[in-house]
Amino acid sequence: MGTFGNPDIVEVDTDILIIGGGMGACGAAYEIMRWKPDNIRVRLVDKAAMERSGAVAMGLSAINTYLGENKPEDYVKMVSNDLMGIVRDDLIYDVGRHVDNSVHLFEEWGLPIWKQPGDEDKSLEQGGKPVRSGKWQIMINGESYKTIVAEAAKKALGMDNIQERVFIVKLLLDEKEENRVAGAVGFSNREDKIYVYRANAILLVAGGAVNVFRPRSVGEGLGRTWYPVWNAGSTYAMAAQVGAELTMMENRFVPARFKDGYGPVGAWFLLFKARATNGKGENYLEINKAMLDDYPPYGKSHVPATCLRNHLMMKEQKEGRGPILMRTDTALQALAKSYEEEFGPKEAKKKIKHLEAEAWEDFLDMCIGQAGVWAGENIEPEIKPSELMPTEPYFLGSHSGCCGIWVSGPEDIAPKEWCWGYRSMTTVKGLFTAADGVGASGHKFSSGSHAEGRIAIKGALKFVLDNKGYKPALSRSPQDLAEEIYAPVRTYLAHKDYTTAVDINPNYITPKMLQFRLQKIMDEYVAGVSTGYVTNEMMMTIAVDKIQELKKDSQKMMARDLHELMRAWENYHRIYAGEAHLRHMLFRKETRYPGFYYNMDYNFVDEKNWKCFVNSRIDPKTGEWTAFKREHKDLVPK
Amino acid sequence: MPSFVKMEKCDGCKGQDKTACMYICPNNLMKLDKGRMKAFNQEPEQCWECYSCVKICPQQAIEVRAYADIVPMGGAVIPMRGSDSIIWSIQFRNGNTKKFKFPIRTTAEGSIDPYKGKPNADMSKLDKPGFFNLTGPMPTIGK
Ligand SMILES: Cc1cc2nc3c(=O)[nH]c(=O)nc-3n(C[C@H](O)[C@H](O)[C@H](O)COP(=O)(O)OP(=O)(O)OC[C@H]3O[C@@H](n4cnc5c(N)ncnc54)[C@H](O)[C@@H]3O)c2cc1C
Ligand code: SF4
Ligand code: SF4
Repeated sequence: MGTFGNPDIVEVDTDILIIGGGMGACGAAYEIMRWKPDNIRVRLVDKAAMERSGAVAMGLSAINTYLGENKPEDYVKMVSNDLMGIVRDDLIYDVGRHVDNSVHLFEEWGLPIWKQPGDEDKSLEQGGKPVRSGKWQIMINGESYKTIVAEAAKKALGMDNIQERVFIVKLLLDEKEENRVAGAVGFSNREDKIYVYRANAILLVAGGAVNVFRPRSVGEGLGRTWYPVWNAGSTYAMAAQVGAELTMMENRFVPARFKDGYGPVGAWFLLFKARATNGKGENYLEINKAMLDDYPPYGKSHVPATCLRNHLMMKEQKEGRGPILMRTDTALQALAKSYEEEFGPKEAKKKIKHLEAEAWEDFLDMCIGQAGVWAGENIEPEIKPSELMPTEPYFLGSHSGCCGIWVSGPEDIAPKEWCWGYRSMTTVKGLFTAADGVGASGHKFSSGSHAEGRIAIKGALKFVLDNKGYKPALSRSPQDLAEEIYAPVRTYLAHKDYTTAVDINPNYITPKMLQFRLQKIMDEYVAGVSTGYVTNEMMMTIAVDKIQELKKDSQKMMARDLHELMRAWENYHRIYAGEAHLRHMLFRKETRYPGFYYNMDYNFVDEKNWKCFVNSRIDPKTGEWTAFKREHKDLVPK
Repeated sequence: MPSFVKMEKCDGCKGQDKTACMYICPNNLMKLDKGRMKAFNQEPEQCWECYSCVKICPQQAIEVRAYADIVPMGGAVIPMRGSDSIIWSIQFRNGNTKKFKFPIRTTAEGSIDPYKGKPNADMSKLDKPGFFNLTGPMPTIGK
């Protein structure tokens, strides 16, 4: 039996290793078991319990990508415009033509999907018309969304092939073959056990990155981030460390949400036709409209890019015309009036009550904390408007952001420089990714993430079948790896009695303080909330230096139990994700995403020189980063 | 914005080696104090208020108290999750209340038969677009 400080080492051989248990992983688990020959082994490892792990833990109130009657080309156009033109059309198109199949499965498995009156008993597959809250979104009763999707994945894969509560720390390269992934190593956050996996192919789908930047909340509310606080950038960090090429890591997502609770605003805009105004009651999207002229074509389209809508809002805040208000009051009053005129007072009351329940469900299905804020503040939305606020920045590749890993595209669409063999393979042989992991291809959301997991695992299986004779040879011994992973524990045990207060000790740093230090650097130098999302080259150069010192000190993190050991390694991942972001921002000599961040040395969009991908790579031998341009192409005419 | 456990109601999941709340928390926050046989949130400031622990606790011992550094005290949001629907009670600070009921799933929990009635995969299509159950011709750009 392992002890704290002396863990057992368990070695596991598998053909395919899936890292993560979220939407992408669940899709992969479902698809693979139908294709794989009996002798191919698959193992899935999640740091939490699949039933409620990842970004969909709480549930969701909408499936944001369902094409239905729409064409994949139009989906590509929408995504491209929202992400300021620099995306991989091949990847987006591929998700677009596959995604509905996953949504049909969700419904079959038991997810309640809202239907138009008269179509209640017809499934989407049978032609039932969904209730759309936008061109691409459909409404659901999604409290159990993840539970349902995980149940299907777990049944398909079988619990014998699933390990929960194992945190993966790093990927391992092959000893003999250059640029070839051979395995991964992690530890249980429940028992003193290190797991060393040898695998032929790996699908890395461990979500996006949260808490790299200092959040707006400072005390007990620190965990109230918009994206899930437990996604720590593991996907980007682990891929980068073995030399996988990253793309568009300068992209970030700064959603405008209800202040403090970060509750969703979509239902208010779309279902209730509420307006957002500045503190003077003016519609800032209208009065600042001319600002969009600076950003053609992205500002000129029917729905301007998300960052540009933030850009218009931030002007009001910076010039003292805050707070930004969601006019729930006027919207509900107007609706009540029009219902009364149309249906009479009694029926109108019923209709409004129904709408009110829908508005609350929007919170209760995916941001329960917002309901708590309204309860504590006695918010009656029909009387009092609520404040909106842009959040701290997050990194993600599946929601309204596009940072991530550079992957091989679909053979029938991708030009050859975007296609090097196996679909969804990164530039490291045998390493695949999907969902939040894939860069330059946002707006997949929950459904697209599931579908992309399914697409990617087929690529991984093909790779395994083509490389059947491969015997992974890890570049490091299990003992050596165990030593490294448990270093924070040993540091703690060695020094804990030196001082009388366990948190304050010159020999080590607690993971929590290290995280605060990272957040302070990112916030104050790399365009976090405290500078109003503003930075410049000199500030970022200082940040690069500070991050290098932070990395050195990360070797001195301590952990007094397995929970803290997980926090330590999560922070290690956050540092790499943050550094990638910073280095990409520094390389891109323009401000591609005004409203998400501003590089004041180049406060403009430069279509001529910078309508290109910014990619980067760490040399796994030297640890050195290089950033470089890759040519962008529009495959779908815009 | 953390969850909290009511002393009186928690029975430590009757001494099983895995308590329900520990099993479910996506951020590994719930911990069992073996001395008292009571669970607690070991890192309240990392709680996402996802309510997974609240919904799963067989004793209804867990609630959430909105974060003290931001939200005025006295409100509460309390779910009762059944097998096909969930009931939410909202208590406002001023004493007002609201109740909502929403469906959560249309099939029985545990009843999913993932491949029932589904085709087998056609291995010759492994490197083509499509899924094992989506085999028709796929559109491509411009066609
Ligand atoms: C607040 C919010 C609202 C959203 N709204 C919508 C919406 O309305 N509609 C919609 O369609 N989509 C929505 N989304 C987006 C959707 O949730 C994501 O697109 C999707 O979950 C991404 O899938 P993923 O597999 O990449 O990551 P996730 O589903 O987050 O899964 C990540 C997985 O990796 C595991 N993991 C992480 N690190 C490690 C590690 N080191 N070792 C082992 N395991 C690890 C996690 O436990 C988890 O299982 C929303 C997301 C959020 C957070
Ligand atoms: S699930 Fe409920 S009863 Fe069981 S240990 Fe947790 S709080 Fe106690
Ligand atoms: S509310 Fe969610 S994050 Fe908080 S302790 Fe419960 S399960 Fe964990």
